[in-house]
Amino acid sequence: MRKYLISVAVVVSVAVVTSSTVMAAGDVVKPPKQEWSFSGLFGTFDRGSLQRGFQVYDEVCSACHSVRLLAYRNLMDIGFTEEQVKKIAAAKEVTDGPNDEGEMFQRPARLSDRFVKPFPNKQAARAGNNGAFPPDLTLMTKARVGGAHYLHALLTGYKEAPKGKKLAEGMSYNLYFAGNQIAMPPPLSEGGVEYADKTKATVDQMSRDVTTFLAWAAEPELEWRKRLGVKVILFLLILTGMLYGVKRKVWADLH
Amino acid sequence: MSDSKFKNPIVAWIDYRLPVFSFMEHELHEYPTPKNLNYWWNFGSLAGIILVIMIVTGIVLAMHYTAHTAFAFDSVERIMRDVNYGWLIRYIHMNGASAFFIVVYIHIFRGMYFGSYKSPREILWILGVVILLTMMATAFLGYVLPWGQMSFWGATVITNLFSAIPIVGDSIVTLLWGGFSVDNPTLNRFFSLHYLMPFVLVGIVVLHIVALHQHGSNNPIGIDTKSPQDTIPFHPYYTVKDMFGLGVFLILFFGFVFFAPNFFGEPDNYIEANPLVTPPHIVPEWYFLPFYAILRSFTADAVIYLPISWLMSAKLAGVLAMFASIMVLFILPWLDHSPVRSARFRPLYKQFFWLLIIDCIILGICGAKPAGAPWTYIAQAATAYYFLHFIVIIPLLGFFEKTKPLPTSISEPVLKGGGGSSSAANAKPMEEA
Repeated sequence: MRKYLISVAVVVSVAVVTSSTVMAAGDVVKPPKQEWSFSGLFGTFDRGSLQRGFQVYDEVCSACHSVRLLAYRNLMDIGFTEEQVKKIAAAKEVTDGPNDEGEMFQRPARLSDRFVKPFPNKQAARAGNNGAFPPDLTLMTKARVGGAHYLHALLTGYKEAPKGKKLAEGMSYNLYFAGNQIAMPPPLSEGGVEYADKTKATVDQMSRDVTTFLAWAAEPELEWRKRLGVKVILFLLILTGMLYGVKRKVWADLH
Repeated sequence: MSDSKFKNPIVAWIDYRLPVFSFMEHELHEYPTPKNLNYWWNFGSLAGIILVIMIVTGIVLAMHYTAHTAFAFDSVERIMRDVNYGWLIRYIHMNGASAFFIVVYIHIFRGMYFGSYKSPREILWILGVVILLTMMATAFLGYVLPWGQMSFWGATVITNLFSAIPIVGDSIVTLLWGGFSVDNPTLNRFFSLHYLMPFVLVGIVVLHIVALHQHGSNNPIGIDTKSPQDTIPFHPYYTVKDMFGLGVFLILFFGFVFFAPNFFGEPDNYIEANPLVTPPHIVPEWYFLPFYAILRSFTADAVIYLPISWLMSAKLAGVLAMFASIMVLFILPWLDHSPVRSARFRPLYKQFFWLLIIDCIILGICGAKPAGAPWTYIAQAATAYYFLHFIVIIPLLGFFEKTKPLPTSISEPVLKGGGGSSSAANAKPMEEA
C-alpha cells in the first residue's frame, strides 16, 4: 500500500514538473542571468556605473520616460556632490506657482524637486509616441519578472524580425518583449553618449549602466538594507545559539 | 495578605485586588504541559508572536499611508523611500503576512497529524478554523491597500465571486464596492476593515487559548496526561523552547526581509493600479493559490461539476467549493471518528495525511498556472481528491484502519527508552526537530 501511494505521488509530481517546463517555452526568450555589482548578500551599486547610468537616462531615456518617484536630491546618494546635483537640477525647468499675481511660472529645478517628466500628461505622452505610452521607469526593475536581467536583455535584445513575422506600423522586433513587438525603437546606439570617465559607450555598456541606475532608482535602500541585514542575522545567530544553550540547560534535569 | 504567595509586597497588594499575577502564575508557570511536545508544537506561540509583529508594524504603516486611489500607491513608495526605516517596516509587514500563513499552515497540519482536533478539543479546533478564515480576510483586504495592478485586479476578481450568489449576488457586490466598480470607496472600506480585523483576530486568539488551557495541549503520542509525572510546568520549559524556536524563525524571516524582500510578491504589484489594463495573468498571493485552484477547477465541462450542473452555475459551484474546502475543516472532528489521535499509531492515516499535503501542494502549483490544459485537469483531479480525503477516506479509516497499540502513559515510552532526549530518540520524520 505504502509503496503504491509513494509511486503515485512520484508519478504525479514528475508530471507536474515536466509539464511546467513545457509551458515555460513560448516564443519569448527567458532573459539570461547577468552579474550585477548589486546582486548577492554583500552587493553594492558600482558608483561609476550608477553615474554613467544616470547620464544615459538623462541624455537618452528621459526624452520619453519619467522617473517620477526620484528627486534631484536623491542623486547625492550615488556619489554626486551637492554642487553637481544643483547644476543638474538647474538645467531643468519646472512649472511652479501660482505667484502673487495668480500666474504659473517656470523656474529652474531645485534639489527638492522630483525629476521633471518629459510629458505633461498621459495623452501628450501617447500623442508623442505613436499612440504608445512610455511607462515610468522608477520601479521598472521591481515591476518586471526577471528584474535587472530582463531590463538589460530588453535593451540589447533588438533583432531583425524573423521571416514571416509581420510587425505593425512603427513597431520593432525584440527577442525578450512579450509578444516580441515593442513600440519603443532601439533606444541605444553605439557611442550614443560620451562618458565623462572615458568608458567606451557600447550598447552593452550603456545598457548595463542604465540598468544599474534604474535598479538603484527602484531600490535606493538596497545597500543600507543588506548592511543592516548582515548585522541583524549575525546578532540573531548568536542570540539563537545562546537560547539553544539555555534551553539545553533548563531541560537537562528532565533527560 | 501575609499569606499571599507573592513575596514582593507591591505585587501581593495588587494581586489581592486584581489577580493578574495569580492569573499569570496559573496560566504560564503552573500550567501543566505534556513533557513530550516536539518542535512542531512551537508554531502556535510563533503564530501569536507574528500577529503582534503584524499589528505593531501595521499601526506604524497606517500613520504614513493614504487610503485614496490617487495617493495610495505613491504613499507606499514614500514609506519605502522617505520615511525613516519605512522600507524595513513595510518589508516586515509584507513578508510577515507570508510568514504568518506558513506558520499557521504548519500549525494546522500539525493538528491534523497528531489528531489535536479530537474530543475534548473540538471547539479549540473550530476556533482555529475561524482564526484562519479571519486571517484570510485580513490578508486579502491588506493586499488591496498598496493599490498596485494585482491589488486592484485581485480585489476585482474576488469581490466579483459574490455575484455568483443567486438573486442577491449583484447587490452584495455593489455593497462591497460601495459603487459599481472597485474604486475609492472600496479602498477606503478595505483599509478600515483591514485595521479592524486584526483586533477581532486577537479576541478569537484569546478564546483559542482559553479553550486550549481547559484541557491542555495534545501531544505527539496523542494520549491524555495521566499523572503529574507526564507533565512539566509551561514556564520555564516551554517558554525557553519557544524562545529558541522564535530565534530560528527570525533568522529565516529576516533573511527574506533583508535579502529577498520581494520573493513572495508579484512584480505586477509595483505597477500602479489601472482599471483600463488587465494584467495578462491575475494570480492571488501564494497562500491563496490552492483555494484559487479549487475555485477555477469548476469549469462548465468539468467532471466534478456534472453531478451538480442541474442545480447551479459552474461559477457558483466553484465559489461554494472554495468555501467548502475550509468549511469541511469545521466538521473534521466528527468526520474522523477513530478513537486514536496521533498518526504515529495510525499507519494508514499517516500515509493519507502525506498524500493530502502533496495534494495541497499540487493545488497550489495549479493555482499559479494560467487556466487551460493540462493544469485545469490536474486541478480538477486534485480538488476531487481534496474532498475525497475529508468526506470519504477519513470517515472510512475510522472503520477499517487497524491502529497500533497505544502506550499506557506518556512517561512509559520515555522510561523504557532509557533516557536520551525523550522524543528525538525514536523520532520519525515528522517528529524531527
